[in-house]
Amino acid sequence: MTVPPRDTVALAGASPRVLVIAKPSTRQVIIAAAIVAALVIPFVLKSFFVFQLTLVMVYGLAILGLNLLTGFNGQFSLGHSAFYGIGAYTAAILMEQLDLAYYWTLPCAGAVCFVVGFLFGLPALRLQGLYLALATFALATAMPQILKFQPLEPLTGGVQGIVILKPDPPPGVPLDPDQWLYFFTLAVLLMMFASAANLMKSRTGRAIMAIRDHPIAAATMGINTALYKTLTFGVSAFYTGVAGALGAIAIQFVAPDSFTFLLSVSLLVGLVVGGVGSIPGSLFGGVFVLFVPNIAERVSTGLAGAIYGIILLLVIYVMPSGAAGFVRFAAARLQSKGKPR
Amino acid sequence: MKKITRRSILTAAPGAIALVALPARAEKQYGPGVTDAEIKIGNTNFYSGPASSYGVIGKTETAFFNMLNEQGGVNGRKITFISYDDAYTPPKTVEQTRKLVESDGVFLIFNSLGTPTNTAVQKYLNQKQVPQLFVGTGATKWGDPKHFPWTIGWQPNYQSEGRIYATYILEQRAESKIAVLYQNDDYGKDYVKGLKDGLGNKAKSMIVAEAPYETTDPTVDSQVVNLKASGADIFYDIAIPKFAAQAIRKTVEIGWKPLHILNSVSNSVGGVLQPAGLDNSKDILSTFYLKDPTDPGWKDDKGYKDWVAFMDKYYPEGDKTNGFTVYAYTIPQTLVQVLKQCGDDLTRENVMKEAANLHDLEPPMLLPGIRVNTSPTDFFPVKQMQMGRFNGERWELFGPIITGEVHD
Repeated sequence: MTVPPRDTVALAGASPRVLVIAKPSTRQVIIAAAIVAALVIPFVLKSFFVFQLTLVMVYGLAILGLNLLTGFNGQFSLGHSAFYGIGAYTAAILMEQLDLAYYWTLPCAGAVCFVVGFLFGLPALRLQGLYLALATFALATAMPQILKFQPLEPLTGGVQGIVILKPDPPPGVPLDPDQWLYFFTLAVLLMMFASAANLMKSRTGRAIMAIRDHPIAAATMGINTALYKTLTFGVSAFYTGVAGALGAIAIQFVAPDSFTFLLSVSLLVGLVVGGVGSIPGSLFGGVFVLFVPNIAERVSTGLAGAIYGIILLLVIYVMPSGAAGFVRFAAARLQSKGKPR
Repeated sequence: MKKITRRSILTAAPGAIALVALPARAEKQYGPGVTDAEIKIGNTNFYSGPASSYGVIGKTETAFFNMLNEQGGVNGRKITFISYDDAYTPPKTVEQTRKLVESDGVFLIFNSLGTPTNTAVQKYLNQKQVPQLFVGTGATKWGDPKHFPWTIGWQPNYQSEGRIYATYILEQRAESKIAVLYQNDDYGKDYVKGLKDGLGNKAKSMIVAEAPYETTDPTVDSQVVNLKASGADIFYDIAIPKFAAQAIRKTVEIGWKPLHILNSVSNSVGGVLQPAGLDNSKDILSTFYLKDPTDPGWKDDKGYKDWVAFMDKYYPEGDKTNGFTVYAYTIPQTLVQVLKQCGDDLTRENVMKEAANLHDLEPPMLLPGIRVNTSPTDFFPVKQMQMGRFNGERWELFGPIITGEVHD
């Protein structure tokens, strides 16, 4: 049996294949336009805003990691702040202690997180839904304390954290450090988003989603659910860990208080707002995580928390399936206009 | 006659400017964020998140600058105080501080709060040569003008305080044995270092026991029991409020009656001594540098009355028993003095110069006799404190104002 390659995407439930009009699909056009815009932006905006956009991409990548686990595999995690923190600390320690170049820290951080995530995924196999949430919650609350732990202090710097140097652009590249970091992050982001999309289109991706949709049926089909679930945990931690490393490089500082449980909640909020099970949606999530608290604060400093809550409620009410779902819905409506029902 | 063209004006301009600028040089020089009418000042604080009780400090400071502007500002310039929330998370501090510097274009950063949060932006601000004035943390590392010439602390730091206790012990109880309880982090270690430095070569023989605790420990009971077993007659108690209250209770429970020295972090009557039992707390020693707003002894004091008037008019919803409001009323007064000394030379370099050039300043809500002093090598503005003894109801200040300088 041969499956036409396009149909596989429909399985993801994320791709508006129905909208294909011309040879280069609307989706491809939009993605190309977005990339062009992303390339131009750093030259027209203030460097502070470029820095903010770098952070948006970092959070988007972390949310994508969570999305692979929660959105595509159906496993719940409140512990991704821990993976993010491990990634950040791995990068910081490698740069500080071993003088490793910043770009080499990314694969290292990813690898460390993959192993930790995989190992954590093993006991997590026995836990479902709320119980898994609780176990990962424990991971998130433990992380800041582990980072402060006395015997690890020579490595982690204890409560003081580690200050790292901002990478300069390679010699001969006419960019300032903020622009350079932006492009560096953008390149990593594109690479990782593309691989995530490919992964989900593949046989492995279908298996991962099948486990989410019906674990028993998936097992009956011959999918090794235990292996796939732990592997997904590892890959998810890999993504979030790389994001953590990028975040540490951008912020130039890591401290235990940066990676509390609240970060996990922010990532989860970003996931839901962006769209559970949508790869580009994760970027929307990053935008929300970074900018909405600032907007809330601008409305009222004293009530920032409440305003944030109201914005969040409105967003969930208007876009119950996240930004990605909203875009899909809007596009479908536009498409169906003019056509007889 | 030579015709005046645009070009001739342009060529003549530098000379003319030099002529005008020479006498005016000392007069008007502005850094970013300063105009004839305004000085923009940036700040980050915890308005949300787990440490949001500190947000009172930012709110009080906002109220203070409102008052200042109504009274005409500093040398005719109004202060625009921009304070953002960083929720006590260092990444947010970096983002907000960069926004303040690069987008809002503030002249300087003033009294941003927290040790990890200030650490996160210290390098950035020093690289950009933006003054990081009077940071809101008691860690000792902020007074390091050699490496961080754009950062200056304000409040007495933990090591200074440790030295003050050492001075007291050497003067009053030179033959005693000391047992130390401390929190196992930079805060606790700073205090222990101050004590040891102050005791000098007697530290080895006088300190007979040290017991660290972790913030994750449920209680410090076992530490206190062990310290008693050392036979010490001075108990040096470096604990945050929750553990300090436990330690006070436990010493009484096990019948240990040492001279109890309590760090100023935990000398709040309502927050620590009441939960520990006021009777149990009798005769404990601690140090102070601000006037305690709950102390009835100040009710006729001019500084206190001005502070009450300020609170009533500009921050009526504020809690007048909260010591943070006194702190946040006093620290901007130091900034105002720096800006006054700058006159019309409001460049960032000059601000740092004047911040390191404060002499015998006496903000009214500091304890009488405590003076703010700085120099190009001394970036610790408030170094003096006064000791107090708890009489079962309230703290009674005693003895002279003691200086606990830090020497590295």
